[in-house]
Amino acid sequence: MELYNKTAHELHELLQTKQISAAELTADIFSRVDELEDKIGAYLTITRDKAISDAKLVDEKISRGEKIFPLEGIPCAVKDNICTKGIKTTCASKILENFVPPYDATAYKKLSAQNPILIGKANLDEFAMGGSTENSGFHVTRNPHDLDCVPGGSSGGSAAAVAACEAVFALGSDTGGSIRQPASFCGVVGMKPTYGRVSRYGLVAYASSLDQIGPITRDVTDCALVMNAIAGRDEMDSTSTSADVPDFTKSLVADVKGLKIGLPKEYFVKGIDAEVETAVRNAAKKFESLGAEISEISLPHTDYAISTYYLIAPAEAATNLERYDGVSYGARVDGVDVVEMMTNTRTEKFGEEVKRRIMIGNYALSAGYYDAYYLKALKVRTLIQKDFVDAFKNVDLILAPTAPTAAFKIGEMISDPLKMYLQDVCTVPLNLAGLPGISIPCGVTKNNLPIGFQLIGKALDEATILQAAFTYEQL
Amino acid sequence: MKVTEQDIKTVASLSRLKIREDEAAEVTAQLDKFLTYVENLQSIDTTNIEPTTYALPMQNVFRADKVKPSLERELALSNAPLAEDGYFKVPRVLEA
Repeated sequence: MELYNKTAHELHELLQTKQISAAELTADIFSRVDELEDKIGAYLTITRDKAISDAKLVDEKISRGEKIFPLEGIPCAVKDNICTKGIKTTCASKILENFVPPYDATAYKKLSAQNPILIGKANLDEFAMGGSTENSGFHVTRNPHDLDCVPGGSSGGSAAAVAACEAVFALGSDTGGSIRQPASFCGVVGMKPTYGRVSRYGLVAYASSLDQIGPITRDVTDCALVMNAIAGRDEMDSTSTSADVPDFTKSLVADVKGLKIGLPKEYFVKGIDAEVETAVRNAAKKFESLGAEISEISLPHTDYAISTYYLIAPAEAATNLERYDGVSYGARVDGVDVVEMMTNTRTEKFGEEVKRRIMIGNYALSAGYYDAYYLKALKVRTLIQKDFVDAFKNVDLILAPTAPTAAFKIGEMISDPLKMYLQDVCTVPLNLAGLPGISIPCGVTKNNLPIGFQLIGKALDEATILQAAFTYEQL
Repeated sequence: MKVTEQDIKTVASLSRLKIREDEAAEVTAQLDKFLTYVENLQSIDTTNIEPTTYALPMQNVFRADKVKPSLERELALSNAPLAEDGYFKVPRVLEA
């Protein structure tokens, strides 16, 4: 029996009923890793020994007749910007090449309480800055559907690992689309929870008011299971919300009758690929045929989202990345005095895109430019958020493309940073507004590249998103 | 041009980064192109609009001021590029 392409909930049944063992499942996944990893490059670190011994513990528990957790014994990948105690966490940066965290990120710690099997740490754009995983300081990751294409980013390793069956599910992080866009490019499910739903403690900071950890999975049921594992208030992250966490599996009900879904007209204009538009509009028609009410809505400040995001995120990044000074952890390149040491370290060890965003951020924050750039962006952020508040007075969910195109070719955009930034037009508004969103596969292009659509919900209303996504998936 | 090579060098120095002479022109052109693009924000009237720093409404978050165990010194130093006698070690900061 092939195991590697099954979902977590299917595998859970097989494990609990002793039809398969965790050792067998882990070996099956590693057979995929051994076969494909040279081509795909989803991982930065592979934790084979730990995986094998952890699987043994799960099998012992099962043989004692104990009930196992929904994700117990299920192989997973964790994005390499999420701290794992005793396991190298590089953020795909040369500056953290040898960093071994002395503690676990809360999301990983909560996940670990269910005893999943960690297969390895997944590749990303350095410090999660990028949309193609080409900015990794170590190697590119290739799209399992077409090895000449990018897997998306920044959680490209996580999405590629799940799509290539080198893991059953993965954790990613999403600052401007970094879970949803790679999920869309790789044909899997990816959710960015509401800002504050999942603790950011131990997530290497990029833009603190936007960053959020979330699941990348094969289906919506698995997405709900991972959300159940990682969501909740954490005293180590004062921005994590104390709102009640529902049992997300309760949302796995196939019913969208009377659900009001809005299509924002600004997401279907210039730059969107015709095949993507058709696939996304077809998804909307399917919802209509299931009894949902579809209407066109307007989010009038969408055109300003890229400018707003690319001023705020780099400003926060410039501040967050000040800590890489060659003193307390990370790489050091020597210099005659402390300033030269810091400058040499940062100049040699940060990649081009990271340096570009630090420069943009410090420029936007510097005296004389602060009001015109950073403060202006914060005000427009208010207007972008208000667009959503107004829209949600009339609809329950918003449906839009996840990205304007399917996966692009490796090397196609890398020399034009602004062109790459413009790819994020459909995803960044949610981060600016703090809203939850999911990307769900909805067909392929004529070149067989996956297309995804995005469902956007009200703050803290992941439940409605999951129910609609689950309903769509049953078709 | 919105920015000059001199602006770039100043920002680089604030960022503790060094821009090589042979890359200064390209870095300047890229930042200039970016700043020209984000100029579209200036067309929006934001009079009386409050800035948003965090998306969700959040008041000051307090916790009890209690002493709790923290990272042990040895662990905290375990990733240091250079440590000695329980301290981080850095190059000379002050003139001799």
